[in-house]
Amino acid sequence: MAHSFTNLMNDRAAADRARGGGADSLSDPVTGDATARPIKIETRKMDFFYGTTQALFDINVQIPAKSVTALIGPSGCGKSTFLRTLNRMNDIVEGARHTGEILLEGINIDGPEIDVVALRKRIGMVFQKSTPFPKSIFENVAFGPRLTGIRDRRELDEIVTNCLKRAALWDEVKHRMSDSAMALSGGQQQRLCIARALATNPDVLLMDEPASALDPASTARIEDLIFELKANYTIIIVTHNMQQAARVSDTTAFFYQGHLVEMGDTQQLFTKPQEKHTEDYITGRFG
Amino acid sequence: MSFPTQSCVASGRCIIEPAPSSDLRQSLTRKSTVRPIEFLFAKLCQLAAWSSLAILCLLVSVVAWKAVGYLDWQFLTSFDSQRPERSGIWAGLIGSSWMIFLTFLAAIPIGVGAAVYLEEYARDRWIVRFIRINISNLAGVPSIVYGILGLTVFVRMFDMFAREGIVARLQGEQISALVLAGIEIPLPFGKTLVAGALTMSLLILPVIIVATQEALRAIPPSLRHASLALGATRWQTIRYQVIPAAVPGIMTSIILSISRAIGETAPLIVVGAVGFARFAPGGIGSAQDLVKNPAGLLQAPFDKYTVMPVQIFNWVGQAQGEFQSVAAAGILVLLGLLLLLNGIAITIRNRYQKKLSW
Ligand SMILES: Nc1ncnc2c1ncn2[C@@H]1O[C@H](COP(=O)(O)OP(=O)(O)O)[C@@H](O)[C@H]1O
Ligand SMILES: [Mg+2]
Repeated sequence: MAHSFTNLMNDRAAADRARGGGADSLSDPVTGDATARPIKIETRKMDFFYGTTQALFDINVQIPAKSVTALIGPSGCGKSTFLRTLNRMNDIVEGARHTGEILLEGINIDGPEIDVVALRKRIGMVFQKSTPFPKSIFENVAFGPRLTGIRDRRELDEIVTNCLKRAALWDEVKHRMSDSAMALSGGQQQRLCIARALATNPDVLLMDEPASALDPASTARIEDLIFELKANYTIIIVTHNMQQAARVSDTTAFFYQGHLVEMGDTQQLFTKPQEKHTEDYITGRFG
Repeated sequence: MSFPTQSCVASGRCIIEPAPSSDLRQSLTRKSTVRPIEFLFAKLCQLAAWSSLAILCLLVSVVAWKAVGYLDWQFLTSFDSQRPERSGIWAGLIGSSWMIFLTFLAAIPIGVGAAVYLEEYARDRWIVRFIRINISNLAGVPSIVYGILGLTVFVRMFDMFAREGIVARLQGEQISALVLAGIEIPLPFGKTLVAGALTMSLLILPVIIVATQEALRAIPPSLRHASLALGATRWQTIRYQVIPAAVPGIMTSIILSISRAIGETAPLIVVGAVGFARFAPGGIGSAQDLVKNPAGLLQAPFDKYTVMPVQIFNWVGQAQGEFQSVAAAGILVLLGLLLLLNGIAITIRNRYQKKLSW
């Protein structure tokens, strides 16, 4: 079920796809190593600036498809900034710019032929503070599909139901679809935001500290959900919580003062960190 | 009952000795039954609040007293007359309704559009800051100034269409009207409803712009980000998320400006509202007229008109004493319409506000 990426690019770019594509194979057939997944997102020599202050320095990452990548690091080290470059939400920040390349399945997302609106539909985003629209639960999830021109009520119903089920929220809200989303609990609101993001049919999900404002029970539900979603989605999650990163992620990247210090298999990074900084951070010596 | 001090000493564990209860009782006991300053201040505030209500009640009852015998069904449904007992406010009621409708028809899209531009699109350049400051200033300009502006721009249209005007010179002949789908649009607008309504919409635009801007600023940026992150364009975000969320604020601005649009007299006299009118704009003065000639609805904005405050002003100026009572009856009708329209606007606002909260 390779997602076609063609609505993002013109014919010239289509040729590039071959080398980044092949998202169907879950493991490398040669090595049989489950971590050797195809690369979904790659950044090359990315420097990021807010005006004249540099926030990210020479970031080179490769994010494997259909797995969870956790971004950890002390506050202000550039995790959110990095995440926002991936769906170009930084475009709306005045004075923000970057150099280097960001490739989605091998396609440069900053290319002149790329439609940023289509890009953001393919890369869903969930924010730290849950941001339901002040509308009904149904309308929240239906907003994305409506934008793409779907008007048929039955089709919308189907999408909304499907996404709420995938976000593990359906059973709690199926009898109150026309109630205001603002009346839901914090944890439910956050799952609603995930459902809403799924409704535009993305294959990448960016989550910026999605559980940091939630109680432990709600956090556990979100973590379970992330675990389920990774079968079909490439998930990148920023988290302050090291245990959370260890629990949910396959790959972990440690950022420090705008630099990517270390990135690798989560288990490896937490048990045998290569860098002194990483070790200090995960053992709680700073941050 | 044992004394804590003694038991503490006995056990040797207690460090803090509770204060003797008589000291505590004394420190909590109030020194006098009233605090004079606080009492006085509260009473003064109460007086201020009640007195404004009392003055309002007094005004209304004086007016109502005067209107007794004149405010009746005949008064509501009759055109004006030379005879006080036969005169009525029907022309003003219809004219004011048209005025409100056309004024907001022009002012809401322009006002909301300007506010959306200033808050959502405009970069923070000096020219934008200059415009912002000036819009606030415009809200304080005396209404007669708007009347004179309206006279030049809408009633006379800078004399463009005069016999020696620029249009006549370019065109070779004078143009005095434009016929569009059977509707005759006079050029310049002259003393018509549309000229009055456009003048009035200039008058209330600053209020609408400023209140809408405030409503837009109160919407958290996270709402916009959430929408954009779902792949909504900027316009879709504004259209489907931002403006609906600003509706309560926009309604507030409408509530604030309805009373101006309905009560302003001076600028409308300047732009030519008629004082004594025995007609309705477009000839639509009753349901039968509407059935007979529905096209009159489209002609009405380009017809002569009167409004309630101008009618009232006209009655007050009459020599005959009875006309003072007619004016009083007119004032009551004006207040009634104002309350009705404000009530509708407030209901709409509350409906929306219930749905929105963050
Ligand atoms: N909109 C912005 N304008 C200017 N500087 C910003 C902006 N957003 C973040 N920064 C700065 O960029 C750096 C990285 O921030 P951020 O990516 O939010 O870090 P993190 O998510 O890891 O806490 C910080 O020093 C922060 O002050
Ligand atoms: Mg952050």
